[in-house]
Amino acid sequence: MTPNSARALVMGHGEFAAGMISAVEQIAGRGDAFVTLGNSGLSPGGIESRLREALAASGARVIFTDLPAGSCTMAARRIAKAEGDITVVTGATLPTLLAFALGADAREAAERGREALLVVEGGGGT
Amino acid sequence: MALDRFRIDDRLIHGQVVVGWGQPCGLRFLVLVDDAVVDSDWERELYRMGVPPEIEIRFDSVESAARHLESYRADPRTGMLLTSDIETMRRLVAAAPGIRAVTIGGIHHQQGRTERLRYVFLSPEDEAALRALAAGGVTVIAQDVPGATPVALADILAGGGTP
Repeated sequence: MTPNSARALVMGHGEFAAGMISAVEQIAGRGDAFVTLGNSGLSPGGIESRLREALAASGARVIFTDLPAGSCTMAARRIAKAEGDITVVTGATLPTLLAFALGADAREAAERGREALLVVEGGGGT
Repeated sequence: MALDRFRIDDRLIHGQVVVGWGQPCGLRFLVLVDDAVVDSDWERELYRMGVPPEIEIRFDSVESAARHLESYRADPRTGMLLTSDIETMRRLVAAAPGIRAVTIGGIHHQQGRTERLRYVFLSPEDEAALRALAAGGVTVIAQDVPGATPVALADILAGGGTP
Protein backbone atom coordinates (compact mmCIF):
# COMPACT_ATOMS: atom_id res chain seq x y z
CA MET A 1 0.00 0.00 0.00
CA THR A 2 1.25 3.49 -0.75
CA PRO A 3 0.64 5.64 2.31
CA ASN A 4 0.48 8.95 0.42
CA SER A 5 -2.46 7.84 -1.75
CA ALA A 6 -4.41 6.20 1.06
CA ARG A 7 -7.83 7.49 2.04
CA ALA A 8 -8.33 5.17 4.99
CA LEU A 9 -6.70 2.80 7.44
CA VAL A 10 -7.79 -0.80 7.86
CA MET A 11 -6.90 -2.50 11.13
CA GLY A 12 -7.94 -5.84 12.54
CA HIS A 13 -6.95 -9.12 14.07
CA GLY A 14 -4.31 -11.35 12.52
CA GLU A 15 -3.96 -10.78 8.79
CA PHE A 16 -7.48 -9.40 8.40
CA ALA A 17 -6.40 -6.06 6.97
CA ALA A 18 -3.75 -7.37 4.60
CA GLY A 19 -6.07 -10.12 3.40
CA MET A 20 -8.98 -7.79 2.79
CA ILE A 21 -6.91 -5.28 0.90
CA SER A 22 -5.22 -7.94 -1.20
CA ALA A 23 -8.74 -8.88 -2.27
CA VAL A 24 -9.62 -5.24 -2.98
CA GLU A 25 -6.50 -4.98 -5.12
CA GLN A 26 -7.30 -8.17 -6.99
CA ILE A 27 -10.91 -7.19 -7.66
CA ALA A 28 -10.66 -3.46 -8.25
CA GLY A 29 -6.99 -2.61 -8.44
CA ARG A 30 -7.51 -0.01 -5.73
CA GLY A 31 -5.65 -1.45 -2.79
CA ASP A 32 -3.65 1.76 -2.59
CA ALA A 33 -6.71 3.46 -1.09
CA PHE A 34 -5.80 1.85 2.22
CA VAL A 35 -3.03 1.47 4.74
CA THR A 36 -3.21 -1.92 6.48
CA LEU A 37 -2.38 -2.52 10.11
CA GLY A 38 -2.47 -5.46 12.51
CA ASN A 39 -2.78 -5.60 16.28
CA SER A 40 -0.77 -8.73 17.06
CA GLY A 41 1.36 -8.45 20.16
CA LEU A 42 0.37 -4.86 20.86
CA SER A 43 -0.88 -3.38 24.09
CA PRO A 44 -3.87 -1.01 23.91
CA GLY A 45 -1.44 1.91 23.96
CA GLY A 46 0.62 0.28 21.22
CA ILE A 47 -2.43 -0.15 19.01
CA GLU A 48 -3.37 3.48 19.49
CA SER A 49 0.18 4.62 18.71
CA ARG A 50 0.29 2.55 15.53
CA LEU A 51 -3.01 4.05 14.39
CA ARG A 52 -1.93 7.61 15.19
CA GLU A 53 1.34 7.18 13.31
CA ALA A 54 -0.47 5.83 10.25
CA LEU A 55 -3.04 8.62 10.35
CA ALA A 56 -0.28 11.21 10.49
CA ALA A 57 1.73 9.58 7.71
CA SER A 58 -1.20 9.06 5.35
CA GLY A 59 -3.49 11.97 6.09
CA ALA A 60 -6.40 9.53 6.17
CA ARG A 61 -9.36 10.41 8.38
CA VAL A 62 -11.29 7.15 8.13
CA ILE A 63 -10.51 3.94 10.03
CA PHE A 64 -12.07 0.59 9.17
CA THR A 65 -11.91 -2.17 11.79
CA ASP A 66 -13.08 -5.75 11.90
CA LEU A 67 -14.95 -6.29 15.14
CA PRO A 68 -17.11 -3.90 17.20
CA ALA A 69 -15.72 -5.30 20.47
CA GLY A 70 -12.16 -5.52 19.20
CA SER A 71 -9.13 -3.76 20.60
CA CYS A 72 -8.57 -1.98 17.28
CA THR A 73 -12.05 -0.51 17.44
CA MET A 74 -11.55 0.59 21.03
CA ALA A 75 -8.33 2.34 20.08
CA ALA A 76 -9.87 3.91 16.98
CA ARG A 77 -12.80 5.23 19.00
CA ARG A 78 -10.47 6.77 21.56
CA ILE A 79 -8.64 8.58 18.74
CA ALA A 80 -11.94 9.66 17.15
CA LYS A 81 -13.04 11.15 20.44
CA ALA A 82 -9.77 13.02 20.86
CA GLU A 83 -9.40 14.21 17.27
CA GLY A 84 -12.99 15.01 16.44
CA ASP A 85 -12.73 14.56 12.65
CA ILE A 86 -12.04 10.82 12.45
CA THR A 87 -14.72 8.41 11.22
CA VAL A 88 -14.63 4.82 12.45
CA VAL A 89 -16.43 2.03 10.59
CA THR A 90 -16.40 -1.29 12.42
CA GLY A 91 -17.59 -4.66 11.19
CA ALA A 92 -15.96 -3.87 7.84
CA THR A 93 -16.36 -6.46 5.10
CA LEU A 94 -14.97 -6.84 1.61
CA PRO A 95 -18.03 -5.19 0.01
CA THR A 96 -17.63 -2.29 2.44
CA LEU A 97 -14.00 -1.79 1.52
CA LEU A 98 -14.61 -2.22 -2.19
CA ALA A 99 -17.31 0.44 -2.12
CA PHE A 100 -14.99 2.82 -0.31
CA ALA A 101 -12.12 2.08 -2.68
CA LEU A 102 -14.40 2.89 -5.61
CA GLY A 103 -15.38 6.27 -4.25
CA ALA A 104 -18.11 5.87 -1.66
CA ASP A 105 -17.79 7.79 1.58
CA ALA A 106 -17.55 5.90 4.86
CA ARG A 107 -21.28 5.90 5.58
CA GLU A 108 -22.19 4.78 2.05
CA ALA A 109 -19.54 2.08 2.15
CA ALA A 110 -20.88 0.76 5.43
CA GLU A 111 -24.35 0.59 3.90
CA ARG A 112 -23.02 -1.33 0.87
CA GLY A 113 -21.50 -3.85 3.26
CA ARG A 114 -24.76 -4.22 5.15
CA GLU A 115 -26.73 -4.68 1.92
CA ALA A 116 -24.33 -7.36 0.69
CA LEU A 117 -25.07 -9.74 3.55
CA LEU A 118 -27.24 -12.55 2.22
CA VAL A 119 -28.24 -15.95 3.49
CA VAL A 120 -28.86 -18.51 0.77
CA GLU A 121 -30.57 -21.61 2.13
CA GLY A 122 -31.76 -24.84 0.63
CA GLY A 123 -31.53 -24.93 -3.12
CA GLY A 124 -30.59 -21.29 -3.36
CA GLY A 125 -33.78 -20.29 -5.16
CA THR A 126 -35.71 -17.12 -4.46
CA MET B 1 -21.67 -21.81 36.54
CA ALA B 2 -21.60 -18.34 38.19
CA LEU B 3 -18.49 -16.20 38.26
CA ASP B 4 -15.54 -18.56 38.04
CA ARG B 5 -13.11 -16.84 35.70
CA PHE B 6 -10.75 -14.09 36.84
CA ARG B 7 -8.73 -12.73 33.93
CA ILE B 8 -5.89 -10.23 33.68
CA ASP B 9 -5.96 -8.68 30.22
CA ASP B 10 -4.61 -5.27 29.31
CA ARG B 11 -7.12 -5.02 26.47
CA LEU B 12 -10.04 -5.66 28.87
CA ILE B 13 -13.13 -6.02 26.66
CA HIS B 14 -12.04 -7.20 23.21
CA GLY B 15 -12.53 -9.91 20.63
CA GLN B 16 -11.00 -12.79 22.58
CA VAL B 17 -13.18 -12.05 25.58
CA VAL B 18 -16.50 -11.28 23.91
CA VAL B 19 -16.28 -13.77 21.04
CA GLY B 20 -13.44 -16.18 21.83
CA TRP B 21 -14.60 -16.93 25.37
CA GLY B 22 -18.03 -15.38 25.28
CA GLN B 23 -19.65 -17.60 22.70
CA PRO B 24 -18.29 -21.09 23.46
CA CYS B 25 -18.47 -20.61 27.23
CA GLY B 26 -21.87 -18.95 27.17
CA LEU B 27 -20.73 -15.87 29.07
CA ARG B 28 -23.73 -13.86 30.21
CA PHE B 29 -22.06 -11.26 32.39
CA LEU B 30 -18.72 -9.51 32.58
CA VAL B 31 -17.36 -7.60 35.56
CA LEU B 32 -14.80 -4.99 34.55
CA VAL B 33 -12.79 -3.92 37.60
CA ASP B 34 -10.90 -0.70 37.03
CA ASP B 35 -10.83 2.33 39.30
CA ALA B 36 -10.45 4.73 36.36
CA VAL B 37 -13.06 3.21 34.06
CA VAL B 38 -15.69 3.09 36.77
CA ASP B 39 -15.41 6.87 37.21
CA SER B 40 -15.67 7.72 33.50
CA ASP B 41 -19.05 7.80 31.73
CA TRP B 42 -17.31 7.78 28.35
CA GLU B 43 -15.06 4.83 29.14
CA ARG B 44 -17.99 2.82 30.46
CA GLU B 45 -19.99 3.58 27.34
CA LEU B 46 -17.01 2.64 25.14
CA TYR B 47 -16.81 -0.81 26.70
CA ARG B 48 -20.59 -1.22 26.90
CA MET B 49 -20.89 -0.67 23.15
CA GLY B 50 -18.42 -3.50 22.52
CA VAL B 51 -20.50 -6.07 24.33
CA PRO B 52 -23.35 -7.92 22.59
CA PRO B 53 -26.82 -7.55 24.09
CA GLU B 54 -26.90 -11.04 25.56
CA ILE B 55 -23.96 -10.21 27.84
CA GLU B 56 -24.46 -7.86 30.77
CA ILE B 57 -21.47 -5.74 31.74
CA ARG B 58 -20.90 -4.45 35.25
CA PHE B 59 -18.29 -1.88 36.25
CA ASP B 60 -16.61 -1.87 39.64
CA SER B 61 -13.74 -0.34 41.51
CA VAL B 62 -11.59 -2.78 43.44
CA GLU B 63 -13.44 -1.79 46.58
CA SER B 64 -16.93 -2.24 45.14
CA ALA B 65 -15.95 -5.48 43.37
CA ALA B 66 -14.83 -6.91 46.70
CA ARG B 67 -18.21 -5.98 48.19
CA HIS B 68 -20.18 -7.42 45.27
CA LEU B 69 -18.15 -10.56 44.74
CA GLU B 70 -20.38 -12.87 46.76
CA SER B 71 -23.45 -11.81 44.77
CA TYR B 72 -21.54 -12.32 41.51
CA ARG B 73 -20.56 -15.79 42.66
CA ALA B 74 -24.19 -16.58 43.48
CA ASP B 75 -25.37 -15.44 40.04
CA PRO B 76 -26.49 -18.55 38.15
CA ARG B 77 -25.27 -17.12 34.86
CA THR B 78 -21.73 -17.72 33.61
CA GLY B 79 -19.50 -14.73 34.22
CA MET B 80 -15.95 -13.47 33.90
CA LEU B 81 -14.17 -10.78 35.92
CA LEU B 82 -11.50 -8.70 34.20
CA THR B 83 -8.69 -6.45 35.33
CA SER B 84 -6.24 -4.74 33.02
CA ASP B 85 -3.17 -5.36 35.17
CA ILE B 86 -1.68 -7.62 37.78
CA GLU B 87 -1.71 -5.00 40.51
CA THR B 88 -5.47 -4.49 40.29
CA MET B 89 -6.04 -8.25 40.50
CA ARG B 90 -3.63 -8.47 43.41
CA ARG B 91 -5.56 -5.78 45.26
CA LEU B 92 -8.84 -7.55 44.57
CA VAL B 93 -7.49 -10.89 45.78
CA ALA B 94 -6.33 -9.20 48.97
CA ALA B 95 -9.68 -7.47 49.49
CA ALA B 96 -11.86 -10.43 48.61
CA PRO B 97 -10.51 -13.71 49.93
CA GLY B 98 -11.59 -16.81 48.08
CA ILE B 99 -10.24 -16.12 44.61
CA ARG B 100 -8.32 -19.32 43.98
CA ALA B 101 -7.34 -19.06 40.32
CA VAL B 102 -6.34 -16.23 38.02
CA THR B 103 -5.75 -16.42 34.29
CA ILE B 104 -3.43 -14.13 32.37
CA GLY B 105 -5.20 -13.51 29.09
CA GLY B 106 -2.88 -10.88 27.71
CA ILE B 107 -0.18 -8.54 28.99
CA HIS B 108 1.44 -7.04 25.94
CA HIS B 109 4.76 -5.43 25.18
CA GLN B 110 5.85 -2.28 26.96
CA GLN B 111 9.26 -0.90 27.72
CA GLY B 112 10.85 -2.85 30.54
CA ARG B 113 8.86 -6.02 29.88
CA THR B 114 10.32 -9.28 28.56
CA GLU B 115 8.40 -11.67 26.34
CA ARG B 116 7.46 -14.83 28.24
CA LEU B 117 4.74 -16.05 25.94
CA ARG B 118 3.46 -14.68 22.64
CA TYR B 119 0.82 -12.75 24.58
CA VAL B 120 2.54 -12.32 27.95
CA PHE B 121 5.29 -9.76 28.52
CA LEU B 122 6.45 -9.23 32.10
CA SER B 123 8.65 -6.80 33.99
CA PRO B 124 10.56 -7.96 37.07
CA GLU B 125 7.88 -6.24 39.18
CA ASP B 126 5.15 -8.11 37.31
CA GLU B 127 6.91 -11.40 37.95
CA ALA B 128 7.29 -10.65 41.64
CA ALA B 129 3.60 -9.78 41.87
CA LEU B 130 2.61 -13.04 40.19
CA ARG B 131 4.87 -15.02 42.50
CA ALA B 132 3.28 -13.26 45.47
CA LEU B 133 -0.18 -14.20 44.20
CA ALA B 134 0.90 -17.81 43.87
CA ALA B 135 2.50 -17.78 47.31
CA GLY B 136 -0.86 -16.69 48.67
CA GLY B 137 -2.52 -19.79 47.34
CA VAL B 138 -3.77 -18.49 44.00
CA THR B 139 -3.22 -20.69 40.97
CA VAL B 140 -1.88 -18.51 38.16
CA ILE B 141 -2.04 -19.70 34.58
CA ALA B 142 -1.85 -18.09 31.15
CA GLN B 143 -4.41 -18.88 28.46
CA ASP B 144 -5.50 -16.41 25.80
CA VAL B 145 -8.30 -18.39 24.12
CA PRO B 146 -10.31 -21.46 25.16
CA GLY B 147 -8.58 -23.76 22.68
CA ALA B 148 -5.08 -22.90 23.90
CA THR B 149 -3.25 -25.09 26.38
CA PRO B 150 -3.13 -23.44 29.82
CA VAL B 151 0.43 -22.56 30.84
CA ALA B 152 1.41 -22.83 34.51
CA LEU B 153 3.15 -19.92 36.22
CA ALA B 154 6.48 -21.75 36.47
CA ASP B 155 6.40 -22.34 32.74
CA ILE B 156 5.38 -18.75 32.02
CA LEU B 157 8.34 -17.44 34.02
CA ALA B 158 10.68 -19.91 32.36
CA GLY B 159 9.37 -18.98 28.93
CA GLY B 160 11.42 -17.24 26.34
CA GLY B 161 8.66 -16.28 23.94
CA THR B 162 7.12 -19.64 23.12
CA PRO B 163 3.36 -19.76 22.29
